[in-house]
Amino acid sequence: MPDTRYLVVAVAVSAAVTWALRALPFAALAPLRASATVQYLSRRMPAGVMVILLVYCLRDLPVTEPRALAPLTALAVTVGLHLWRRNALLSILGGTAVHVALASTVFAH
Amino acid sequence: MGLGLVPLGLAFGVLVTHSGLAWWWATLFTTLIYAGSFEFLLIGLVTAVAPLATVALTAFLVNIRHVFYALSFPLHRVKGRPAKAYSTFALTDEAYALTTGERARSWPGRRILWLQSFMHLYWAGSATAGALLGSLIPDSVTGLDFALTALFTVLALDAIRDRRGDLPTPALALLSALAARLAFPDQLLPAAFVLFTAGLLARHFATGRRSARA
Repeated sequence: MPDTRYLVVAVAVSAAVTWALRALPFAALAPLRASATVQYLSRRMPAGVMVILLVYCLRDLPVTEPRALAPLTALAVTVGLHLWRRNALLSILGGTAVHVALASTVFAH
Repeated sequence: MGLGLVPLGLAFGVLVTHSGLAWWWATLFTTLIYAGSFEFLLIGLVTAVAPLATVALTAFLVNIRHVFYALSFPLHRVKGRPAKAYSTFALTDEAYALTTGERARSWPGRRILWLQSFMHLYWAGSATAGALLGSLIPDSVTGLDFALTALFTVLALDAIRDRRGDLPTPALALLSALAARLAFPDQLLPAAFVLFTAGLLARHFATGRRSARA
């Protein structure tokens, strides 16, 4: 089990790296904001970034094993709920509940 | 919308307790680091007592995507040095998604700051609650981490709907992510972002040249 000192330093290191990555590019990229190319990118990036993060979450999906059905079913439920009701909280709760139910029972390992 | 973070925070808190850490670490993690997807990874790293250099490198690789957010996040609307400092600190994926959407075009800086601090509060509060409740939930209950997948699913669907008709963009992102998954499985995020950005640039210059000729 990690000791407190190690955990405090780990949190400090993580916080510093994360903040630096979020704050420093504003200074470096400020002169680029007016460019037409950067504006083209910035209008299209949000949708693409979220798709990439979604694939990242599913990167270890065991596609050849039956237990992959738990996340895939939950994903279908999340998408279905969101297209139907457009309520973020409902979609996230519904998808997660289905996943917990399947992963803890039918596909428990 | 920020309420979408609550199930995720609860799941995070439960995972903290289930991995053997004291409940208040959930509060510290979520308040001081405030980077959801990385924090889920951090639990695994610190319980294995990974070297600090590994922790720093993982934080760098998972969060390097935030470099791209500086291109479109409306920081110029946030006034004052402390406010700008907090706004960059709290520049999460969710904050980025909400403040760059069509509806947010006219939001003043104050509204952006309120949104960020409320999401921060929801995140830390729900993680703390989850950690306190975690000991009541038996270890056989697994799969709560899907809340993160569900959150990105919802954010992706909303962002795609915002750009009605622009299906090539999410398709390009999907291809970039799948190519990165196959070619650079250990560096999926940075590789996918580089491929996606390069693809968008190629498309921009290709269409620009075509319309210039027409």
